Amino acid sequence: MTEALVKVRHLVQTFNAGKKDEVRALQDLSFEIYKGETLGLVGESGSGKTTTGRALIRLYRPTSGEIVFAGQDIAQLKNGTPQMLAFRRQTQMIFQDPYASLNPRMKVKDIIAEGLDIHHLVHSSQERDARVAALLAEVGLNRDHASRYPHEFSGGQRQRIGIARALAVQPQFIIADEPISALDVSIQAQVVNLLKDIQAKKGLTYLFIAHDLSMVKYISDRIAVMHNGRLVELASADEVYNHPLHPYTQSLLSAIPEPDPDRERQREPLVYDASMAESGERQLVEVFPEHYVLATAAEVATYREAH
Amino acid sequence: MEEILAVKDLAIDFATYAGVVHAIRHVDFHLNKGETLAIVGESGSGKSVTMRTVMGLLANNASVVSGTVQLAGEDVLAKSEKALNEMRGNEVAMIFQDPMTSLDPTMPIGKQVAEPLLLHTKTTKAEALKEAVRVLTLVGITDAQSRLKDYPHQFSGGQRQRIVIAIAIINHPQVLIADEPTTALDVTVQAQIISLLKAIQKKIDTAIIFITHDLGVVAGIADRVAVMYAGKIVEYGTVDEIFYNPMHPYTWGLLEAMPTLSTVRQRLFAIPGTPPDLLNPPQGDAFAPRNPYAMKIDQEQEPPFFPVSKTHAAATWLLHPDAPAVEPPEEIKRRKQLWAQKEAKR
Repeated sequence: MTEALVKVRHLVQTFNAGKKDEVRALQDLSFEIYKGETLGLVGESGSGKTTTGRALIRLYRPTSGEIVFAGQDIAQLKNGTPQMLAFRRQTQMIFQDPYASLNPRMKVKDIIAEGLDIHHLVHSSQERDARVAALLAEVGLNRDHASRYPHEFSGGQRQRIGIARALAVQPQFIIADEPISALDVSIQAQVVNLLKDIQAKKGLTYLFIAHDLSMVKYISDRIAVMHNGRLVELASADEVYNHPLHPYTQSLLSAIPEPDPDRERQREPLVYDASMAESGERQLVEVFPEHYVLATAAEVATYREAH
Repeated sequence: MEEILAVKDLAIDFATYAGVVHAIRHVDFHLNKGETLAIVGESGSGKSVTMRTVMGLLANNASVVSGTVQLAGEDVLAKSEKALNEMRGNEVAMIFQDPMTSLDPTMPIGKQVAEPLLLHTKTTKAEALKEAVRVLTLVGITDAQSRLKDYPHQFSGGQRQRIVIAIAIINHPQVLIADEPTTALDVTVQAQIISLLKAIQKKIDTAIIFITHDLGVVAGIADRVAVMYAGKIVEYGTVDEIFYNPMHPYTWGLLEAMPTLSTVRQRLFAIPGTPPDLLNPPQGDAFAPRNPYAMKIDQEQEPPFFPVSKTHAAATWLLHPDAPAVEPPEEIKRRKQLWAQKEAKR
């Protein structure tokens, strides 16, 4: 039976609320992330996918709504409380830019062990070094790398350091925000394979945020599609690719370039007309079992009929 | 077909504090009028440096060790800075990866688009702005007239890239170099920019060099493809030859590492290891340490180009008549089957 590790209910994130430059970044987001799965989150820039990731790890304080993590609502926890500290240990993040996300003035071992120190997980420097060495081995680096600085590493190696740092505190849930976008194709595959291996070994749950849809399909069990701060479709990876229902998902899929000249010659990108979303009340409805779409009642009927 | 650009035996070194980096190690290629050539390779393979040489934009610590660059019959490497200024933005123009940084944030976009005209032709300011409106409309900026005085930050990423394209094409260059023009954009916007480039190419009959590491984009835009690795071209051919009948193990690796939407493999293929250090390029084939098909000779001698067809060649010892037959990866076999079907139809 699938058990939800994260339950997001009616999450709203508004920046500069009440001011002229108010941004309603997330509007009434509800979804679950099952234990041990990879949920892919896709959408164009500005769709709110990064904001969702940051809200889930509580880098922002949600305007309203619940984020239930392992049975506890963490949406309004205050920084510095023991509950918050415990939550932060359970949830870790891997960032997009392997150049900007590692402090250039810290040695690799101190970058990786920072979480261990904060959570008092090691009690001697020997233990600390041993943990760092084990983590480096886990991500395919060697123990000599511990005393070097980030600039001595390539992009792919840096991303491995970022992964080791996330793993250090033995989290249950990892949010990976475009972890491979900045890497070369041949290195992307190495990092994706590493993430998959670690997940299989430790039973981790991933939220994988990306705009590269072919990679997202490859790594994800289920996929959530976002547009303009709302979830427009959520289903298993195969279902989203084979039977996309929402017109935005369809347009997104039609735009993916494929390394196949014949298919490219035949490809006709569908253009999504965002104005269609302006009329009518839409809700995320389970149109088919485990397949959710943002739709009006009339649209739901059409989707079901067409099936 | 008429050749507009020919690069022959180009080698470029960079003097760095750590030593001399052999960034480009004898590159040959040509570009025909009106065609699109895609140059594919990972970071550091030398694709951008090659293009900067064509533009005469090399950094101060770079030196041309050998080679020639002929653009429309003239030697670019022999040109003075003044002559280069006349060439750039006129005969050859470049579109960069990041539209955020390639526009001047403090200058209205109308002026930026009109600038190449004012610099290279005897046009009045009013005429140039009129032409700017025309080109901006052509690249898909709606209501261009009223937006001439707007600044780059008032446009979205995709619109900014359209403006960059407008600047590049306003003088109808014979060669347009697009350096990863869609990497920073979303897939939907990427698709729009690519179809825009194709439409413009038809309209003004320009040749395009498209630099990218995304093979999906290449399949959609290129007539011919050159694959670069460690400062060299390792394989070139028509787009169908490269995608359906690839010969070099590095090309195989690139094609295999990309998941397609139909990929249902348990693990992605990853090319093991990292590219070589060009401070000390390895002896023999630079790809050998990452090449599962490497033979003894790969460690010792660099492979020459072996022709596959009139338009297709690859620098790998596997094509030597004495080389043992190897079995390519599954994904490549699938592609070669498609090739065989195409050949049979022909």
